[in-house]
Amino acid sequence: MSTATAAPTAPAKQSGGFTGKAANYLDERTSISGAVKEFGRKIFPDHWSFLLGEVALYSFVVILLSGTFLTFFFDAAMTHTTYEGSYAPMNGVHMSAAMASTLDISFDIRGGLLMRQVHHWAALLFVASIGLHMLRVFFTGAFRKPREINWVIGFVLFVLAMAEGFTGYSLPDDLLSGNGLRIIDGMIKSFPLVGTWISFLLFGGEFPGEDIVGRLYSLHIMILPALVIVFIALHLMFLIVHKHTQYPGPGRTEENVVGFPILPVYAAKAGGFFFIVFGVIMACATFFQINPIWNYGPYDPSPVSAGTQPDWYIGFADGMLRLAPPHLEFVWLDRTWSFGILLPVIILGLFIVTVLIYPFIEAWVSGDKREHHLLDRPRNAPTRTAIGAAGVTFYAVMWAAASSDLIATHFRVTMEGVIHTLQALLFLGPVIAYFVTKRICLGLQKKDREIALHGYETGRIVRLPGGEYIEVHEQVSDYERWELVSYKDNAPVMLRPNAQGKITGSMRLRAAMSRWFFEDRIAPVTQNELDQSHGDDEHH
Amino acid sequence: MSRKTSRPAAGKSRRTGRRSPAAAAALIAVGLLFTGGAYAAVSATTANAQPAPAAASQSNVEDGKKLFQANCATCHGLNAQGTSDGPSLIGVGAAAVDFQVGTGRMPMQGHGPQAQKKPVQFTQEQINQLAVYVGSTAPGPSIPDAKYLDADGDAAHGAELFRINCAMCHNVAGAGGALTEGKFAPSLVGVTPAHIYEAMITGPQNMPVFNDMNISPEGKRDIITALKYQEKIGNPGGIGLGSLGPVAEGLFIWIFGLGAVVALTVWITAKSN
Ligand code: HEC
Ligand code: HEC
Ligand code: HEM
Repeated sequence: MSTATAAPTAPAKQSGGFTGKAANYLDERTSISGAVKEFGRKIFPDHWSFLLGEVALYSFVVILLSGTFLTFFFDAAMTHTTYEGSYAPMNGVHMSAAMASTLDISFDIRGGLLMRQVHHWAALLFVASIGLHMLRVFFTGAFRKPREINWVIGFVLFVLAMAEGFTGYSLPDDLLSGNGLRIIDGMIKSFPLVGTWISFLLFGGEFPGEDIVGRLYSLHIMILPALVIVFIALHLMFLIVHKHTQYPGPGRTEENVVGFPILPVYAAKAGGFFFIVFGVIMACATFFQINPIWNYGPYDPSPVSAGTQPDWYIGFADGMLRLAPPHLEFVWLDRTWSFGILLPVIILGLFIVTVLIYPFIEAWVSGDKREHHLLDRPRNAPTRTAIGAAGVTFYAVMWAAASSDLIATHFRVTMEGVIHTLQALLFLGPVIAYFVTKRICLGLQKKDREIALHGYETGRIVRLPGGEYIEVHEQVSDYERWELVSYKDNAPVMLRPNAQGKITGSMRLRAAMSRWFFEDRIAPVTQNELDQSHGDDEHH
Repeated sequence: MSRKTSRPAAGKSRRTGRRSPAAAAALIAVGLLFTGGAYAAVSATTANAQPAPAAASQSNVEDGKKLFQANCATCHGLNAQGTSDGPSLIGVGAAAVDFQVGTGRMPMQGHGPQAQKKPVQFTQEQINQLAVYVGSTAPGPSIPDAKYLDADGDAAHGAELFRINCAMCHNVAGAGGALTEGKFAPSLVGVTPAHIYEAMITGPQNMPVFNDMNISPEGKRDIITALKYQEKIGNPGGIGLGSLGPVAEGLFIWIFGLGAVVALTVWITAKSN
């Protein structure tokens, strides 16, 4: 430790001045420079898609800042009051203290409306950037060993973010929040036997009751943010332990990381990037209105507005409910069993769990126990990419269903038509997406192979002295070729008897899955093939 | 009245036509008297009260009938009794005609789930004549009294009534919404107070009728006030994204918010060569 502390403080002393002294003071009492040095030497590779997680982190910081501002003025109580603020069309309207204080934040507190809009836009961007970040990780195979746990942590963060968003959306106690809660209440009550009990427990009696906003508030500003912070910390810790992945390229191996050290280059860039993200959010909040609760009015169980939707990240759940066909109930044991809501809820649960455990499924199927620090180009893992495309399609169909009514009015089609089409697409869409994506990937791989072996077609036709016409191919540079050929290929696992000389059912299943996964593949170009093809070219 | 001058030009020109004192007086007279019932009684009283509009009213019926037979009879029948192509208009009232023709829905064109709005095809005078004629066939809802159309009632009460009675079809912000089989409740932005009132008392197509027992004339005035107030103040928070709520907001953040951020990440990591 002592050597570590001595080295970095020496230059600080030389530079003298206040900063140097302050750094020295801190270091002598905390020995922090060791950690800074260690952390600062971490390398972060440069690729735009590696910044998406950071976008999420920075929007979370913006959320924390704006949320703290809101807590000073928001009153999380459902006591009845009469609004008497400066928004005339609400004057004298009875509402809860939560709604009244949110209107006050919007119209009577300086900067309040801006802060509400910053908070809400940042929340939307937060979840969206997590979503895109997750897609990046999935399609490049960054979740493979040793990063499976970090995938799970990240996914938990995604779920926590949705929960944060939903609890926040419900706080102002306006018509949209109330309708959203009503749907959640319905989903909870759809569970046989326990549903009603859970609902009464949650709402402190019959929906909507007078407790829910206070309870959601505890979740929204204490419990969930604390969990988010803990999981972010874990997520980043694992990132440092595992080091960052990188795309394949010359000089990049499973054993090294090529990029900039965090200090000073990367930290400077990242600091600047924080302000850029902050700026984008501020621009959205300044120019674009979000969640105009003064239009929606206070929650009252009787009115429901046309075009009632949740925020985008809950849309897939709302859409799944809309897609459930009618008449899913029957009478058994003298009781009505209704699956109209339970069935979609189960499908949602299965979908979420599948995404959560996907790394383990793939690891099991491939039987791959190697560590992976080099990313796959999506085309080089055709089956995974195709599965991902199918999943995205499934999600997108549910998502679209949440706006079925707006699709109907805006494209002048019938509501029933939209729903029936989406119901069909929910099943067909993923299948089509799977096959199309897989074909595209294989096609791209073939093209890469061609280019690696024979170079680009230049379109230049040359006549040889002997009268023969040939097209001139331009060889790719060694750098580019590296990117095209350096990927690892997975073969299906062989079905071999185990130590007892038996072949179990699960082994058969695994072999079948593995065949499905890796059967169609384009083998990477080998050195031999390369040498040969170059020989060919010289021959011309 | 002065507030009306800030309205868009198209609306203004139509409005000034209607609001010229003589026309207004005629409308009020016609409106009040048609509720009375039989046309004979009407013409007699108006003749006593105000000679000029009365004469107009008398000839209005004649002119209205001519206009009707030329433009509407193919579907609604020569005596507004209805045909297989259009319903009977006996008893729908002057208000229904003023609404249907004044918003451009009638004469109907093309087939679809619902008669669409299109540019108005008659002058306000002709519309009045048509309205008077159809109103003369049998008693029905009449053109509303101007005192309910001044948009100067209780906006808070109106907004509450709107949320309870109208938002399920028209959306809380009046942005419109989908109904079944391709029908839809239209956006209410820019609809004149008279047409809002008339829509409530006549219930066009899939819209229910809100008679004076459901919502009192003062309540209707408050609804109009709330809608007009919302239009006047616009969106306090910035550009409203069509008042379509979370769907529009979600699309916006994915396309423009995240789009901008991704573009910036690409820019930041771009090699400086
Ligand atoms: C192409 C046929 C067609 C023509 C022409 C037409 N209408 Fe109609 N009209 C309809 C149909 C169909 C309906 C009922 C469905 C609807 O309201 O969309 C209707 C409804 C109406 C109503 C509403 C009735 C109610 O119950 O409230 C009024 C008023 C009306 N028409 C007036 C007119 C007038 C005035 C004209 C002439 C300027 C006219 N229409 C021309 C087909 C027509
Ligand atoms: C059941 C759904 C429904 C309800 C409830 C409803 N409307 Fe409508 N409204 C409609 C439909 C459908 C139309 C379109 C009619 C047409 O095109 O002829 C319409 C048309 C209108 C129009 C004409 C708009 C235009 O563009 O010309 C106005 C104004 C209107 N409604 C106001 C109201 C008000 C005010 C209320 C509440 C008191 C209300 N509506 C309640 C369905 C509804
Ligand atoms: C991941 C984190 C978070 C997300 C996604 C999130 C999301 C939201 C959303 C969507 C709303 C509704 C706002 C509106 O439109 O009115 C909201 C309200 C609110 N949030 Fe958060 N939030 C988060 C964290 C926080 C934190 C950490 C705090 C406090 C320190 C906070 C404080 C508040 C308060 C007080 C409100 C209610 C005030 C209002 O609605 O104007 N939030 N939140």
